[in-house]
Amino acid sequence: MADRYRGGVPVVELRGAVALLGNFPALAGVDLTVESGEVVLLRGPNGAGKTTLLRLCAGLVRPESGSVEVLGHDLVVERRSVRRRVALLGHATGLYDDLTITQNVHFWARAAGLTVSEATGRVDAALLRMGLSERLLGQPVHTLSAGQRRRTSLAALVVRRPELWLLDEPHAGLDQSGRDVVDGLVGDAVAAGATVLVSSHELDRVAGLGPRVVTISGGVVVADTGPADRGGSHD
Amino acid sequence: MTEVRRFLADARLVAVRDLRIEFRSRVVVGQVVPFALLVLVLFGFALDADHRTLRTFASGLFWVAVLLSALLAVHRSAALEQSDGTLDALRMSGLPPAALFMGKATAVFVQLVLLEVVLMGGLFVLYGVEVVDPALLVAAGLLAGVAVAATGTLYGALASGPGVRETLLPILLLPVLAPVLIAATRAFDDALGAAAVDGWAWTGLLAVAALIATVVGTLAHGVLIED
Amino acid sequence: MAGRDERPGTTGSRGSRLLGCVALTCLAVLGVLAFVLTGPDVRIHPTTGEEFGQFDAVRMLYLHVPMAVLMYASFMLCAVASVGVLVKRTPWWDVMAHSAAEVGTVLCGLVLVTGSIWGRPVWNTWWEWGDVRLMTTLVLFLLFAGYLALRRTTTDPRRQERQAAVVALVAVLDIPLVNRSVAWWENRTLHQRSTLEELKIEDLTLFTLMFGFLTFGLVVWWLTLQRFRVGWLERAAIDHAVGSAMAERRSETSADELDAAIGVTDEQAGEASP
Repeated sequence: MADRYRGGVPVVELRGAVALLGNFPALAGVDLTVESGEVVLLRGPNGAGKTTLLRLCAGLVRPESGSVEVLGHDLVVERRSVRRRVALLGHATGLYDDLTITQNVHFWARAAGLTVSEATGRVDAALLRMGLSERLLGQPVHTLSAGQRRRTSLAALVVRRPELWLLDEPHAGLDQSGRDVVDGLVGDAVAAGATVLVSSHELDRVAGLGPRVVTISGGVVVADTGPADRGGSHD
Repeated sequence: MTEVRRFLADARLVAVRDLRIEFRSRVVVGQVVPFALLVLVLFGFALDADHRTLRTFASGLFWVAVLLSALLAVHRSAALEQSDGTLDALRMSGLPPAALFMGKATAVFVQLVLLEVVLMGGLFVLYGVEVVDPALLVAAGLLAGVAVAATGTLYGALASGPGVRETLLPILLLPVLAPVLIAATRAFDDALGAAAVDGWAWTGLLAVAALIATVVGTLAHGVLIED
Repeated sequence: MAGRDERPGTTGSRGSRLLGCVALTCLAVLGVLAFVLTGPDVRIHPTTGEEFGQFDAVRMLYLHVPMAVLMYASFMLCAVASVGVLVKRTPWWDVMAHSAAEVGTVLCGLVLVTGSIWGRPVWNTWWEWGDVRLMTTLVLFLLFAGYLALRRTTTDPRRQERQAAVVALVAVLDIPLVNRSVAWWENRTLHQRSTLEELKIEDLTLFTLMFGFLTFGLVVWWLTLQRFRVGWLERAAIDHAVGSAMAERRSETSADELDAAIGVTDEQAGEASP
């Protein structure tokens, strides 16, 4: 498999990044470089700063100091333009409870800038890929289970075809088939040339997806297995 | 020109979404409108008056009822973005905040117009008013609706962040809307034949307020949803 | 910024103490001028020969008018500082906006109170709906009370500074609208009946009024300065707290403790990075 470098520029480059939540330093000086096409697992105890790190890369959190560059954008200067190229799956669903699955995913596709025709095509494919059965599609989201909601959130992100995926504990609360869907999604993303950062407590689960493990604690990176060869095949 | 069309399309997307949610959940229709009617009824009890007196005060009572109900409607509109991380998702989607503002304000405006129509019916039935100048009534009602919806949507973004209580919205919003209350009441006084004032001049003031509110809201909304 | 303090824990400096003393002295002098040395407003009616006028109530003039002017000045300062917050986004503008708003709101409250005290004997009422200046001042008070309420809701000044700036600017933009709407509202307005022109303002009265402007100018300057310094120190305290929280956070766990916590074997842990 060929290395996919974007002119040699790393997808994520953090140097001494500091981010505050209120007055609390969630990130106290993070150094991290992620190249294009990598799959990186973030692990660390609760409160280590994993969620904040993902949100920082998404451009939702303002860097207090240090340098933060994602997909070539300098997030210290300007955070908005990178967001459309990035997909963040957080703990919240990001869905409107009273709307149906189809309406939600369609709305998010259009909101991301797709035209009506583009959206319709991609929405159907995404819903199928996420394993959401037809009979569910017309139901309001608040009637669905947590797993079905997670799949809907993912479908809403898939339609945007992001270059960088930021997944915050995507397996949490899912059953076996749900977890398989997430794994499949990561596989698809990598095959499409995207980069994936996953934060998870379930090491066994995710380890099969990519060998690089970054450990965060106390708001800094304490261990990093480093970028590995990508000579293996992708299922 | 395509930028304008894109903007309008985005705004329409948001407005349709909000109205669709309202259609499903029926919060405004089922809760806010009855509240407004209730306010009219309460005024009737409290003032212990006959039709003639109520007719004199009808416009003022109408607009007070509208403003109080607008607080609820605006709060509801803002609350849609608070649950389930949809505000973050909106920021991530790259939807321009100006279009988001326009869409949400339009949805609130539609709900307010509906509210005003029902309340007008309430005025006919409960207070026995008569319409002298329907054109003036409609114009003033719509323009005041725009001003309230735009200002409310702008402040709604403020008053629903983390650590902020809902009681902040009334303190912020109502003083700003004082001129709208004054102008709309005077315009309605003229339209209902309750006082000899120049209703159209007051409607002009409402138009100015509506314009300023819309422009400021469009420009400032982006600032308010970011941190 | 001006005037570093010599002793920790105080916002005073040589300059501000001097300013404060001068302001206090002027207040005392003003008090004597306004309430003792100047005469009450007594005029003889041209035809009936009776005495009329505001009598002693006119002494409120020396307090009310300067405070009203300085109130507008403070709110203008807040508006300008709010623009600064949106454009430059430095803490200086934000603390200035907050300070100016607070001082302005206090002045606004005092204007309403002194106006009411002044108006009662002259207009025979504590309050008059439909009076342009009264209503505008009242709404102004409510607008900025709301601004201050907003500022108090969160301890994170950063999130809030731009939002507060927007609120302040909307409030200032609203004032002409309020003014117009109340002016057209009822044609009675008590302020018109007793304008400054009607009173014979000359000699000692004029001097006292001018002195009143000077005095309150100094007082407001001193108040704003002190309030600014308090706000500045608050910011510094937060920065300091953040700094020490950072140091504490960095020393939270070593990699070994960490591995034990989440049950990872050695081969998966890998090398530590700087």
